[in-house]
Amino acid sequence: MARDKVLLAHGAGGRASLELIKGLFLPAYGNPLLEVLDDGAVLSLDGVRLAFSTDSYVVSPPFFPGGDIGKLSVYGTVNDLAMMGARPLALSLAFILEEGFEMEALERVVRSVAEASERAKVQVVTGDTKVVEKGAGSGIFVTSSGIGLLWPGASPSGRNARPGDVVLLSGPIGDHEVAVLLARGEFSLEAPVLSDCAPLWELVQELFEAQVEVHAMRDPTRGGLATALWEIAQGSQIGVVVEEGKVPVRPEVKGICELLGYDPYYLASEGKFLAFVPERDAERALEVLRSHPLGKEASIIGRATAENPGTVLLRTRVGGHRLLEPLTGRQFPRIC
Amino acid sequence: MELKREDPEEAKELLERIKGLLKGPVRFMEVCGTHTVSIFRSGIKAMLPPQIDLISGPGCPVCVTPPEEIKRAMELALNGDVALVTFGDLMKVPVGGKSLEHLKAEGADVRVVLSPLDALQIALREPKKRVVFFAVGFETTAPAVAATVLEAKRQAVKNFFVLSAQRLIPPAIRALLEGGKVLLDGFILPGHVSVIIGKEPYGFIAREFRLPAVITGFEPLDVLESIWMLLEQRRRGLSQVLIQYRRAVRPEGNLRACSLVEEVFCAVDARWRGLGVIPQSGLKLRKGFSLWDAERAFGLLPPEPIPEPAGCSCGEVLQGLKKPPQCKLFGKVCTPSSPIGPCMVSSEGSCAAYYKYGGKDGQG
Repeated sequence: MARDKVLLAHGAGGRASLELIKGLFLPAYGNPLLEVLDDGAVLSLDGVRLAFSTDSYVVSPPFFPGGDIGKLSVYGTVNDLAMMGARPLALSLAFILEEGFEMEALERVVRSVAEASERAKVQVVTGDTKVVEKGAGSGIFVTSSGIGLLWPGASPSGRNARPGDVVLLSGPIGDHEVAVLLARGEFSLEAPVLSDCAPLWELVQELFEAQVEVHAMRDPTRGGLATALWEIAQGSQIGVVVEEGKVPVRPEVKGICELLGYDPYYLASEGKFLAFVPERDAERALEVLRSHPLGKEASIIGRATAENPGTVLLRTRVGGHRLLEPLTGRQFPRIC
Repeated sequence: MELKREDPEEAKELLERIKGLLKGPVRFMEVCGTHTVSIFRSGIKAMLPPQIDLISGPGCPVCVTPPEEIKRAMELALNGDVALVTFGDLMKVPVGGKSLEHLKAEGADVRVVLSPLDALQIALREPKKRVVFFAVGFETTAPAVAATVLEAKRQAVKNFFVLSAQRLIPPAIRALLEGGKVLLDGFILPGHVSVIIGKEPYGFIAREFRLPAVITGFEPLDVLESIWMLLEQRRRGLSQVLIQYRRAVRPEGNLRACSLVEEVFCAVDARWRGLGVIPQSGLKLRKGFSLWDAERAFGLLPPEPIPEPAGCSCGEVLQGLKKPPQCKLFGKVCTPSSPIGPCMVSSEGSCAAYYKYGGKDGQG
C-alpha cells in the first residue's frame, strides 16, 4: 500500500495512528516522558507533580446533539488530565478559523467554552486565534492544552494495571460518535442519541476520596473501548477478559451499529472512562461511580489476568469468546 | 428492531443437539461475509466442536469485485467534474498500490454513502458535478440501485450515472459446485440476499448436487440452529433448501423488489475475483436506461483483467480452497492496516475476520 500520503486512518486513533507515532514522531523527538504514550505527560517540578496534555478538535459538524466543538475542546482535554489522576488547573485554547465562518457560530462556540470551563472548574488562561483562507480549513478547528495537579499518591497509568484488577466502565459507550455521525447526515439516519461529552474529574476525585487505589484509567474516545483496553493490556503487559453482557450500550446505539455493520466497541465516547482497580476496592468503586449522575450506569465489565498478556478477550453473550483487537483505520458501513 | 437471539442457555442446548448429531467431520460453507463476521464476533467459532469446519464463501461484495473494475472507477474519479460515490470499504481496496481512499487524499472527489438514493441526492444538489455511483453488491442492494435509476429517469436527472459491478449469488454457488474443487456437506445461505430472492433460486443445490442448504439469519442462535438443521438433514438423508430465517424470508422472496431489478438490469456474464468469469452472474443496465449507464455515458470499454497481487490467496480463499491463515502473506505482509488483497480489506472479508477476531495466528 502506498505510504506517501497521510490518510484519514492515520488520525482515527487505531493502529494506523500508532504506526505514525511509533514510526515517525518517537524516532524524531522521543524521550522518556513522551514514550509512556499515556493521555499526557507527568512533570515533576520541585516535588509538585503536574500533568500536561494537549488535543485538537476537528469535529464536523461543529454542532451536534448534546454538544459542540467548544464543549468538546474543554472536556476532551480536562478528561485526558483526569485520566492521569490530575485535577485540571488551566487550559490554553487556540482557534483556527476559516475565512467566512459565521460570527454567530463562533459566538455559540465561545459561549459553550465558557459554560464548559465553568462546569469543569478550569480557567482558560491563554489562547491564540488564526484565520486561514477560505478552502484551507473546514470552518473551525480548536486545539487545547491543559495542565493539572496530580492527586497526592495517585499515579494511574496505562502501564500500571495488574493481574487480578477489576475493570470498571462508568457508563454506556458510543453515544458521542453516533450523535456526530447522525448530525453529519451522510447516512440519512435518525435516532434520539445525544453526545455524552462531559467532564470526568469530579467522578475521578470521588474515587480517590473514597481511597480507591486506581491503577489505570482511560477514556474511550477515538478508537473506542476496544482500543482503550488494548492499550492498557499492551502497556501493562496483562490480559483483559471482558464480559460482553456487562458492557452497557444504549439500544439506539446498538440499532445504528447493526444497521451499519459497526462494532460498538470501536465507537468514541466523550464522557465515559475505564478504571482498573484491585478487587478489594471494586465494589466500593462501583458504588462511588453509581452515586454520581455521570456514573449511574457504571458497571464492572471484566478483569485483568496474568494470562495472554497484551490481548483483550471478549466473552460473548452467547457463551463463546473472541479477541478484541484495536481499531484499524476507520470503520466503514457494510454493504451486504 | 428484532430481538437479539443470543441466550446462552439456548445456545448450550443447541450445541448439545449439534454434538449429538455429529458422526464425523463435516464441512459447511457460509456463503455470506456477514455470516463470517457474525460467527467470529459472537464467539461461535470457538464454541463449535472441531469436527465442524466452517468455510467462508464468495459472499463479500468488495472481495469479489475484480481489480480492473475498481481501477476503472478510480480512473473515472480522476475527472475533475466527477464525484465518485460508493459503498463502504471499497474505499480501501488497493489496486496497483493505490486505493480510492488514496485518491481522495490526493484531492479526488470520492464519497461514501449508505444508500444509492443518497448518491442521487448529491447529483440533485450539485448539478455541476457528474455523479457516478459505483454499484457493487449482490441481490440485497440491487433493488435500491434499480429504484434509484428509476427515480433518476422520472426526474430526468442528467448528471447521475451508475457504474454497475453488481453480482448475483446463486450463479457463484453453482460455479463453485460445478468446479468441484471444494468439497462441501452443505450450505449456510445468506439471509439478506434471500429476503429478496426467496428460496427457489437455490433449488439446484438440492436437486442437482444433492446437498442440504439452510437460509440463515445473522444472530448467533440463528447460525447454531442452521447448523443443527443441516446436520438433521444429513441424518435423515435429505437434501433440501430450508429457511431458518423465517422471521424475514418468505419462500417466494420479495416479488416487488425482484421486478424492480428485472426492469432496470439484465444478467450478463461477469468476472469474479478468484472465480473467473461466471455465466449470467453480473447485472448491467438495460438499454432503456443507457442515459444513466456510466459505461455508455463515459464510453468505457470492457476492462482488461488485472492479475492478482503476487502471493495473494484471495482467489482461493473466496472459493473456500484455502483458509486465510494458510495464505503466506496473512498477518505478515498483509494486515488490515496494509492490506494486499480485498479479503483483508472488507469488514465482510474472511481474512479481515480471521485477523481481527482470531488474532494474527488466525486461531479463532
